[in-house]
Formats: sequence, C-alpha cells, structure tokens
Amino acid sequence: MSVTTLPHDPTRKQAHRKRRLSRPIDMAFSALGIGLAALVLWRIFNWAVLNAVWISPDGTSKVCRGISGACWAVIDVRWRLILFGLFPFEEQWRSSLACLVIVIVAILSCLPRFWRAPRLAGLWIAGFVAFYVLMAGGIFGLTSVAPEKWGGLTLTVFIYAAGMLIGMPTAIGLALLRRSTMPVIAKITGLFIDGIRSLPLITILFTAALIMPFVLPPWLLGDKIWRVVIGFSLFFAAYEAENIRSGIQALPAGQEEAAKALGLTYWQRTTRIVLPQAFRNALPPTINQFVISFKETSLIVIIGFFDVMASGKAAFGTGDWSFAWVEVYVFVALIYFVFVFSLSRYGAYLERRLRVGQH
Amino acid sequence: MLSMFTSRKARAFALQAIFLAVVIAVIGGAFVEGRRNLAAQGITFGFGFLNHTTGFDVGFKLISYDSYSTYSRLIFLGILDSLFVGAFGIVAANLVGLVIAIMRTAGNSTFNALGTVYVEIFRNIPLILQVVFWYALLTRLPPPRHALSGFDSFLTSRGVYIPGLNVTGGHAAAACAIVIAGLTGLTVLSMSRRLSRLPFARLLRWGVGLATLSGAVLTLHLGRISGTPLVSLPKLQGFNIQEGIRISPEFLSLLIGMAVYGGAYISEIIRAGFLATGKGQVEAAQSLGLTPWQVFHRVRLPLAIRAVLPTLINQYVWLFKATTLGIAVGYTDFFAVISVSINQAGHTLELIGILMLGFLVINNAMALVLNRVNKAIALRGNQLRS
Repeated sequence: MSVTTLPHDPTRKQAHRKRRLSRPIDMAFSALGIGLAALVLWRIFNWAVLNAVWISPDGTSKVCRGISGACWAVIDVRWRLILFGLFPFEEQWRSSLACLVIVIVAILSCLPRFWRAPRLAGLWIAGFVAFYVLMAGGIFGLTSVAPEKWGGLTLTVFIYAAGMLIGMPTAIGLALLRRSTMPVIAKITGLFIDGIRSLPLITILFTAALIMPFVLPPWLLGDKIWRVVIGFSLFFAAYEAENIRSGIQALPAGQEEAAKALGLTYWQRTTRIVLPQAFRNALPPTINQFVISFKETSLIVIIGFFDVMASGKAAFGTGDWSFAWVEVYVFVALIYFVFVFSLSRYGAYLERRLRVGQH
Repeated sequence: MLSMFTSRKARAFALQAIFLAVVIAVIGGAFVEGRRNLAAQGITFGFGFLNHTTGFDVGFKLISYDSYSTYSRLIFLGILDSLFVGAFGIVAANLVGLVIAIMRTAGNSTFNALGTVYVEIFRNIPLILQVVFWYALLTRLPPPRHALSGFDSFLTSRGVYIPGLNVTGGHAAAACAIVIAGLTGLTVLSMSRRLSRLPFARLLRWGVGLATLSGAVLTLHLGRISGTPLVSLPKLQGFNIQEGIRISPEFLSLLIGMAVYGGAYISEIIRAGFLATGKGQVEAAQSLGLTPWQVFHRVRLPLAIRAVLPTLINQYVWLFKATTLGIAVGYTDFFAVISVSINQAGHTLELIGILMLGFLVINNAMALVLNRVNKAIALRGNQLRS
C-alpha cells in the first residue's frame, strides 16, 4: 500500500533534481504544469473570492444580479436549511449541539488515552445517547421532534455514527462466526457476507426502507430511519468482517496455539490474544472502510431522506436562487471533504504510528 | 476422554442445528409474512406479471421499448443499460487512472503534485454528489439554438451531439461486439505466457487484428441505411438538433462521475503497482538499450498490471455497482427499472429477488472472468524478480 520512495535518502533526491533539471523536456513539462495550474487557480480565486458576493442584506438574490463571481450569499441565507434540514427553527441549537457532541466524541476517540475497548464503548454510547436525547427530545423539558424532521448535516452524522456503532460489533461477530470450526455456521455466515458484498449499498438501503415493511411483522418494524441504519450497518459489517478476518488470518498460528496450551478458554483467547492483534493488522483497511462509509451515507438521499445533499438541493431549488447551484454544491462538497479528508489523514498518521511501534 | 469428545461434538451439533433452525425460521417467516402482505394488497405471488405490458415509457433506451412492452423487456433493458454505462465507465476510469498514475510516477514533481491534488479532491467527495453536479452542469448548457459547437459536435442542454454513422443499431452493436472480442483476444494473446511463446505468435496477433478490423468494417457496411451518406453529422433544424449521435445528459453525467471518481481510485492502485516494480527490472531494461517508451510498455506497465490486477478487479466490481447511482439523475439502469416496476406492478418480493440475483450473477461472473485472466497472466516461479 505505502511502498513509497525513501524520504531521507539525499542521494536519491539529488539524483531526482539533477535528472529533472538536466532534461529540457522535463523542464518544459514542469513549466507547462505550473502555468496551467496557476491559470486555473487564478480563475478559481477570481470567481470564489475576488468577484464573489458574500452576504445578502435583505435575504433575496438581488445582490447577485450581474456579478461574475460566486454568489456565496445563498449560503448566508440558506445555511440553516443545509445544516439542519427541516428541524424546527427554534430548536436548531439542539441539532447543532448534537452534531458537535458526535464530532467531539469522534475526536476524543482518536486520542490514545481512550484506546481501551470499555472506554471507547462507554464514550460512544454516552455520546450517542446525548445525541439522541438532544435530537428526539421528549424528556428534560425538550419538545419532541419526530425523526422525519431530522435532516441536513445532522442526519448524515446520525446515520454514520449509528451505523458504525452497530456495525463494528456486528462485524466482529460475523468475522468470528465465519472463522468458526463448525462448518454449517461458517458456511452460512460466509454466504451472508459474500451476498451482501456483491450487492450495491443502495439496493440494501432500498430493501431496508421499502421492502422490510412487507416481510416483517408490524411489531418488529420500527421507524424507517432505524431500518435504514441497520441496513447501513449490515453493509459496513459485511466489509469490515472481511477486514477483521484477514487480520486474524495474518496472525501466526503459534499465538492461538500458545494460548490454547496455557488452557485459556475460547473467549479468553479471542478477546485477549486474537482480536487485539487482529485489529492492529486490520487497521489500514478498517480506516479505509470508515472513510468510504462516510461518503456512502450520501446514498440515503435516494430513498427519500433529507440529508445534507438533499437539503443542499432544496437550498437552491426554489426559483429565487436556482442560478446558485454551483455555490451550494461546492459548499456541500466542502463539508464532505473536511470530514473525509481529516478522517483519512488521521488514518495515515495512525498507520505510521503503529508501524513505528512494531519495529 | 471419549465422553468429553462426544459431548463437545454433540454441543457443536446442537449449536449448528439451532443456528440453521433460526436462519430457516427467519427466512421462512419473512416469506410467509411477505406473501400475506402482498395478498392483502390483492397481489398473488408469482412471476406472471413479467409478461404484462408496463404502460409507461422510460428515458434511455438501448433496445426498442415503449409503453406496450412487457416488464421482462423493461428489466432486460435496464440490465443492458447498466452493462453499457458500466463498460464505458470502467474503461474511462481506467484511462483517467492510468494517466494520473503516470503523472504521479514519472519523476516530475510538478506533475506529481497536480496528480496528488486531483486524487485528493475527487476521492474525498461522494460519487453521487459528483454525478448530480455533472448532471446539473450538463442540463444547464445552452439550448440547441445557442449550442456550443465545434468539430461537428454540439453541447446542448438536451445532450451532447457527435457525428455518427448511418448504420442500423443492431449492426453497430454487432460491430462493437466484434471489436471488443478482438481486443480481448489480442490482450490474452499478448499477455498469456503460453500463447505468446508459440512460434507463430506474431502472425497470430496480426491475423486476429486484421480479422477483427475487417469483420467490424464488413458488419458496418452490411448495416448501412441505404440512401444516406455514410457519416451522419448533427445539425440544427428548427428548435432541435437532428441526426448524429445524441449522448443524453443522464448517461454522460454518470459516465463522467465514474471516470473522475473511479479514476482517482484506480490511479492510486496503478501507482502502487508502478512503485512495487523492482528497480532492478527497469535498470536491466535500460541497460539493454531499450528506449523509455519500450521500458514503459514492455517492462513497467506489464509488471505493474500483474502486481495490482486483483485489487483492480475489486475496483471494477465496485464501479459496476456504482451504476445504480443512475437513479439519482434519471438514467434507466437496472436498479431504476426495478424501482419503478415495484411502484407500478407492486410485485415487491419478486422484483427485489430479480434485482439481487441479477447483481449476484453479474458481479460474480465479472470477478470470475477477471480472476481467470489474472491467473493466466500471473508471474510464477523464477519470473518473480525484484
């Protein structure tokens, strides 16, 4: 994965530089690339900053008539819709607080001090309960808000956090079941995992949202949002189970044999010997899976949820602002970018750190 | 000792029996409940509805279809459309990925930086957002009367018009199939170790190439629509553009999205392959006096492809699954036709079953074929040098 050139090899670097400067065609290419990049950057800068309109004093699109730059005023006017969707206006502080809670929990769980299974689990469950109470209300004097009203960025964060929270234990369970020595259990689990993996996520979400009401008895149905979360977490779990399984398989057989020889039971072997090491092996693909899953939450828009993409579409959809679609899409893309990019950078850091630990 | 053994065996047996019983009970219960719910809506379980007429029309059609056609034809159409955009998307993503990978490994730091920026931007934004963005862009192009034009092509809000040939659809499809088969054959011929060592391998390759070319040209000639010029150029007539080939915005936005997003991923995979190629291999090739182009296409590229083909296969399967995003822009892909059929005909269980079975078959077939290719071209034994 990360077979890169050695960064601290001065001779290699010098050789690079020498070769680059010594070949005129390379220099021409460099000049061309820099020139092209500068041109594009300058035009983007012109559009996005120099000629842009940032605020709309009267809340209408009048300020953007006849300008050549970006009309960021649409964000100024509609940012609440994009971030919170249809959440009741006077309760939107709850939505933003809930979002903040999850982001803080996510940041905290990146700190090495929380890297103990009980601490991590406790942190996430506490954070999630806080999120749910803030969003749903109904107790502590908070007015209750039905899940249909949830929307925007908060909904995206909710689906993601809930999906990962349910998906991770499910993934561990599936991986262990697939590695079971009992053939029936291993085969059926394998069939289940491979089946889910060969289907597109959207068909699974579609099934969860629209087909499950047909095949589940009414008492088991629950709200649509929970069915979708479960579908999402199953999809995540099927992929993550394979990552964990390959992490387990990469362990030397001696590890488990030694544990057996010491007389440890299956659960002791699994939780103390196998899984901790397997997680370390499976970390790079796991981070990758977390990153991909965040992007894939955007698919819920197809089954009728009002996530940050749908609310973005609604923000420019009405006639008044319909010309400002680029600005809104850029804004939504930036939101995703910030989340996904920081997640993948953290994953890269973690990989480096663990590799250092191994030597 | 024996009693412990049997008891462990008995416990394993009991556990498996319970597991199996629960699985069967869940599936059976769901099926019974599903049938009951369908019956409550006045729908009986069965596949007879596939022969009923649909009564609605769809946008993107590769085969003839109208509102009098049956559901089975609609589903067939959806599968074809999915395969169509999937094939183009995967090829385009490969090209983009290859170009970016070369940019990033060519040893020119400016190009490396540009490639990195590209990958980091487009890999970190969800594909659906990109597809919807391209769709919004394409449908906001000027109307046909004020179209952007050049090279006998038109960019309009109703699609992109490019010159085409005046041949019937069936013959064009057959010619495409011949070309694809010929290219596949050529690839296998030149990459398989056994076949490329035959004494007349070079002759064979030329033969296959010529046969493919003449076969395609002949098919196209047979399919010519009489009384029309060979090349059909798009031109403005009244309020719309006639003739030529129209590429609909739905198709094009999905294609661009797949190419741009998939290309970012594929470039990373191919780059890893280039970096994994041993330095000694390249140096040996250089010391033999091969030109840079020969070093690239005879040594670096084949080795890189062999190193990363298994990862690439996963990426192709993933990209094919991404064609289901067509529903977000109104492209009639497999998932979209199933979704609309469920709305119209109500046979939910049967249709979702067809959808899942279809994807299982297509994806597994694709993985099977590509894994065979991988096995055929993989390096073995003393070919594995660094």
